[in-house]
Amino acid sequence: MANHDTTLFSSLARIGPQLKPIMWRLIFGLLSALAASVVALAIPQVYRVLVNTALEPGSGTGALWLGTAVVLGLGIMEAWLLVLRRQLVIAPATTVETRMRTSFYRHLQNLSVEFHDRWGSGQLLSRAMSDLNFMRRWMAFGAIMLVVTALTVAIGVGLMFSMSWQLGLIFLAAAVPIVVFGFTFRRSYGRASRRSQDQAGDLATVVEESVHGIRVLKAFGRGREALDSFAGQAQELQATEIHKAKSLATFSLVVTLLPELALAAGLVVGILLVHGGRLDVGTLVAFFATAAVVAGPVESMGPLLSMTLTAKTALDRHFEVMDAKSTVTDPAEPVRLDTVRGALEFQDVHFRFPDTPDGTPDLLDGVDLELAAGETMALVGVTGSGKSTLLNLVPRLFDPTGGAVMLDGVDIRRIPLAELRSCVSVAFEDTTLFSNSVRDNVLLGAADHPGLTPDEVLEQALDVAQAGFAHTLPQGVDTLIGEEGLSLSGGQRQRIALARAIAAKPAVLVLDDPLSALDVNTEERVSGRLRQVLEGTTTLIVAHRPSTVAMADRVALLQDGRITAVGTHTELLAGNDHYRYVLASLDTEPRDLDSGFDDELPDDLGTGPLPVAVRTDPPGPASTTAKRTTK
Amino acid sequence: MSRRDKRRQGPASAIPTDARNAETAQGTAGEDRVELSRADSKAVRQRSVRLLRTLLHPVRVRFAITVALVVLSQAAKVAGPLLIAFGIDHALPALDDGGWLPLAVTGGGYVLAAVAASWLTAAYLTATARLSQAMLLDLRIQVFRHTQRLSMEFHENYTSGRIISRQTSDLEALRELLDSGISSLASGLVFMVLTAVSIFALDWVTGILVLLSGVPMYFLSRWYQTRSQAAYRSSRVVSARLIVHFIETMTGIRAVKAFRREEDNAARYDELAEDYRRVTVRSINLNGVFQPGLVLIGNIAVAAVLLAGGYRVLGGALEVGALLALLLATKRFFQPVSQMAMFYNSFQSAQAALEKVSGLLEEVPTVRPPRNPVPLPHARGDIRFNGAEFGYGDGPVILPHLDLHIPAGQTVAVVGATGAGKSTLAKLMARFYDVTSGSLMLDGVDLRELSTADLRRAVVMVTQEAFLFSGTVADNIALGRPSATRAEIEAAARDVGADEFIRLLPDGYDTDVNKRGGRVSAGQRQLVSFARAFLANPAVLILDEATSSLDIPSERLVQEGLHRLLGPAENTPDASGSGDAPAHNGARTAVVIAHRLSTVAIADRVLVVHGGRIVEDGSPEELLAGGGRFADLHGAWQDSLV
Ligand SMILES: Nc1ncnc2c1ncn2[C@@H]1O[C@H](COP(=O)(O)OP(=O)(O)OP(=O)(O)O)[C@@H](O)[C@H]1O
Ligand SMILES: Nc1ncnc2c1ncn2[C@@H]1O[C@H](COP(=O)(O)OP(=O)(O)OP(=O)(O)O)[C@@H](O)[C@H]1O
Ligand SMILES: [Mg+2]
Ligand SMILES: [Mg+2]
Repeated sequence: MANHDTTLFSSLARIGPQLKPIMWRLIFGLLSALAASVVALAIPQVYRVLVNTALEPGSGTGALWLGTAVVLGLGIMEAWLLVLRRQLVIAPATTVETRMRTSFYRHLQNLSVEFHDRWGSGQLLSRAMSDLNFMRRWMAFGAIMLVVTALTVAIGVGLMFSMSWQLGLIFLAAAVPIVVFGFTFRRSYGRASRRSQDQAGDLATVVEESVHGIRVLKAFGRGREALDSFAGQAQELQATEIHKAKSLATFSLVVTLLPELALAAGLVVGILLVHGGRLDVGTLVAFFATAAVVAGPVESMGPLLSMTLTAKTALDRHFEVMDAKSTVTDPAEPVRLDTVRGALEFQDVHFRFPDTPDGTPDLLDGVDLELAAGETMALVGVTGSGKSTLLNLVPRLFDPTGGAVMLDGVDIRRIPLAELRSCVSVAFEDTTLFSNSVRDNVLLGAADHPGLTPDEVLEQALDVAQAGFAHTLPQGVDTLIGEEGLSLSGGQRQRIALARAIAAKPAVLVLDDPLSALDVNTEERVSGRLRQVLEGTTTLIVAHRPSTVAMADRVALLQDGRITAVGTHTELLAGNDHYRYVLASLDTEPRDLDSGFDDELPDDLGTGPLPVAVRTDPPGPASTTAKRTTK
Repeated sequence: MSRRDKRRQGPASAIPTDARNAETAQGTAGEDRVELSRADSKAVRQRSVRLLRTLLHPVRVRFAITVALVVLSQAAKVAGPLLIAFGIDHALPALDDGGWLPLAVTGGGYVLAAVAASWLTAAYLTATARLSQAMLLDLRIQVFRHTQRLSMEFHENYTSGRIISRQTSDLEALRELLDSGISSLASGLVFMVLTAVSIFALDWVTGILVLLSGVPMYFLSRWYQTRSQAAYRSSRVVSARLIVHFIETMTGIRAVKAFRREEDNAARYDELAEDYRRVTVRSINLNGVFQPGLVLIGNIAVAAVLLAGGYRVLGGALEVGALLALLLATKRFFQPVSQMAMFYNSFQSAQAALEKVSGLLEEVPTVRPPRNPVPLPHARGDIRFNGAEFGYGDGPVILPHLDLHIPAGQTVAVVGATGAGKSTLAKLMARFYDVTSGSLMLDGVDLRELSTADLRRAVVMVTQEAFLFSGTVADNIALGRPSATRAEIEAAARDVGADEFIRLLPDGYDTDVNKRGGRVSAGQRQLVSFARAFLANPAVLILDEATSSLDIPSERLVQEGLHRLLGPAENTPDASGSGDAPAHNGARTAVVIAHRLSTVAIADRVLVVHGGRIVEDGSPEELLAGGGRFADLHGAWQDSLV
């Protein structure tokens, strides 16, 4: 959250471009607000004239009717001007608000994943909702009233000067300390209001996490602790708000007290002046009458100013996000791929996360890997070795910090994002389903396939992912799932997500451990079907289990940020220690290699210290779907 | 043997998707409806007023003080003009006679009044903020606590975005009311009453006229009330939708990007934002009729007073000066009306918001802690299902009939196809849900009879989704036992083999894992959640696919750790000195759900779940020998290990 030290005007000026189209309406709104106050001021003058001239006992009623008509007319006009101001200002102000809100959302969608990893949704939400709401209210009311108020005060003070410059000077003298104090107030209040809005955003983030993490909180019975920490943060926010209020109260104190003190002095001086014959009583009365009129607006300066300062912070917070640049952007000179074959190549790819401390090697430290079009490659590596990170480079969720990823020989950074993402399809390790029907979720990224109706595509995808259970849901494939719909089991969700990746029929398929939540039987069926379907689709698949590896033509081993070995499962198993370590057990090393089917179960099942039974006989990938009898 | 079984998937329950439009106003059901029947409307109104009242109750003294400050500050403001009059009428003539005292009194009095008025104003501004913040904090905590209490059933049907919107933008509306409302209402009322009294004192005819203006005002307010009620209600509904969509996009941003949802999403958001704009404009416009309407009525009343008074002046029944005073007073009487309209407006808005919030608060958790819990300070971990039956909500039955006894200290592996009901079984044991019929007992005590604290100390579940909270790694592990020392946290991490990677993070255990643990890999997230469970050290440990994203070496480390933890002999968890430490030292009961049958190796017993029933039950050796489903699965798994 970058620069907090923007000045009031530079911040407010930033909505200038937004306001341009509605400028005239705002100005007319301002004028009608001014006119309304003038009318309100005029009505008492009419009484005075009437009372002084027309209302002599015994005189005709004509003048009275006329006067009443004028008063009534002015009254109607005042109400009408109030309506007019709203009519002029409200609709355009909400339009500006909505435009800012939707462009905020669009911008957020465009910002890179790296940005979203850093920013809590609650924080973003508070900027999209309450900050912009506030901004609108300021625009439609605060800004206009501030101008009207300032003008009223200026006119009032001018009038007071015209009556008596001595008294006017005394009154004005009070303004000097107010202005000085106003500066410090602006700084301290601005800072507090920034803090309170940030805290409110963080509080929203806590709420968001407490809801999304409810299972964990319940499983550990940590509702109490969550509440305590929430309450702690809410109390901090409360303290900030009270601090803000105090600061405003102090300011109001100064703003109302000083002019009143000046008036007290003015009263004494005025009486002395009258006494000395240098001022007449009537003027003195008029002076104080005007001062009383000015007092109201002066008092409302405090709240209006604080509103303006809060609007400034709201805008700062808005533009902070709007100013963030997406690090993953469309190319300036895009290269169009006509038909995508799907040859994928990593050329000396380097990647490090921005917060990696200096001195540590890159997470991906020169990855070289080539996937022929149509090839299925498994990616194997220990937990945290950077497999998911490497995969994320393909649909450009991140860009490499060095080297390049090439699709059909073209650097993917030169392909338009939408085009790239339409020929690369992903299944993430955490399944995200959207609040939509099964059908819409599966067909999410699917383009039109010649010769196939969407229903056929859906059927195929569900079939391959063994997600036929969708048909048994209450409304079949039209059942609403995702957060607003039916909850599915872990494996069911994963299969829907897999079906979604397949349905897109992409040239390149990127699967991040896509079978982790499936039972062995289902896994076997899925992988068998996948192998058939993926014939011709370049597939990069992260695997933690030999069973997944078996689907691949070749396996790449990711180790210390590099691809240290590529080969068939059999080759690697035979020739690579690290591979054996990752995918098998070291204690069942080569001695088992050619021992054929060892169907004996470990005797120590259930008691042995290292009970993982791993078999390392090397069938070719093709034989993996073959069944063997166990017992 | 064939492992090619028919496509059988667990049935799924139907949730009432249109519940939020249901013809009821109880709780959150029907909260998306804008047009309510008279009775419902009245019920939700009352509910929201009741909430406001309960919020006011604890701060009523402060409320009274605030109101008193407002009244006093108004009074002090009135003193100023009186002193000016006194100065001109008395001090000036006195001065001509050489008397300085009245002048000094005037000046001094004015200073005093000014100081008092501004001080009082400042005081009530602060007091209002304190008051409103106190109420707000109270409500925030209430809502937060309540959502934490609500059962999983509720959470799975009520989107997170909605809860977030209830806790953010709805509370915002209340805040506006509290911040602006109290002082304007109190000062306005006081002012109007005083002015009305003075008008009556001067001339009762005018007084009656002024009072008569109350009639159209009343009708205008009624009209405004019904209209704005609907408008604000729909504004709450639409803003909740906007927020739900926003949150969903932001939490699923990777998928949004990868599947190019940006355009569709933006179009949908535009639509929702436009809806929101429309209802906002509608409510503002209503106020835009209401407020000028009140001003107009006031102005007409002034004209009426002028006319009526004028005739009497012409007839000689009234002094001109008195008429002037009456006119000014009438005008003044209507001055606070705009302010009060503003108050009423925020009141309507806040009330609509409170309708929703109070609806949420009205939801009763279906899984409730008992009134008189049976204490169970040291659970052994004996679990027994007696004829238990379960289905989600009013959906189909998932677990038809379950009789199961897991003796304390046993390690049980639960296997079965996806969707068979394994997680459901686990969730019942962790009391995320209550069985629909039959019973489920821990150490002979029905789970429903245990206090939450006892239950959570005894039973801990590592869920299928490894969720990390933003905060440090250490904080996340400490969730298992908040009182744990750093050394204990590190020991737990070591036990599951997470220590190594944690130390390599930029700030080790103090590294912030970012939102939802985005800073660490999926496997690392699982390790951290595992460490949590180790730290909690319960009598019954339930692991739902807790190692599914781990590589084989890490999984093996976890297995070893688990073996140590579960094995009775070498288990020496150090839990001394901490209040909520489980201090469980006997053998642990463990229920391990896993598709990777490596886990089974440490199990004493295997349960095979199929279609919600336990179809096989026995030691791994027995089942393997029996040649049933488990043998089948195991064979397939063995093959897959190649
Ligand atoms: N947003 C991030 N910022 C900084 N570091 C990160 C971020 N995401 C991941 N890392 C780190 O980068 C490393 C690689 O993470 P990645 O998710 O690619 O691992 P992985 O190989 O997919 O592991 P797993 O098998 O557990 O899924 C991890 O050590 C992780 O801590
Ligand atoms: N919250 C829920 N509401 C309604 N139905 C549910 C809910 N959670 C699960 N189900 C349904 O209940 C059945 C059993 O689900 P459960 O999560 O217990 O399966 P599982 O055996 O754990 O499967 P997996 O191995 O895929 O995790 C499934 O058909 C699922 O769709
Ligand atoms: Mg990963
Ligand atoms: Mg499950």
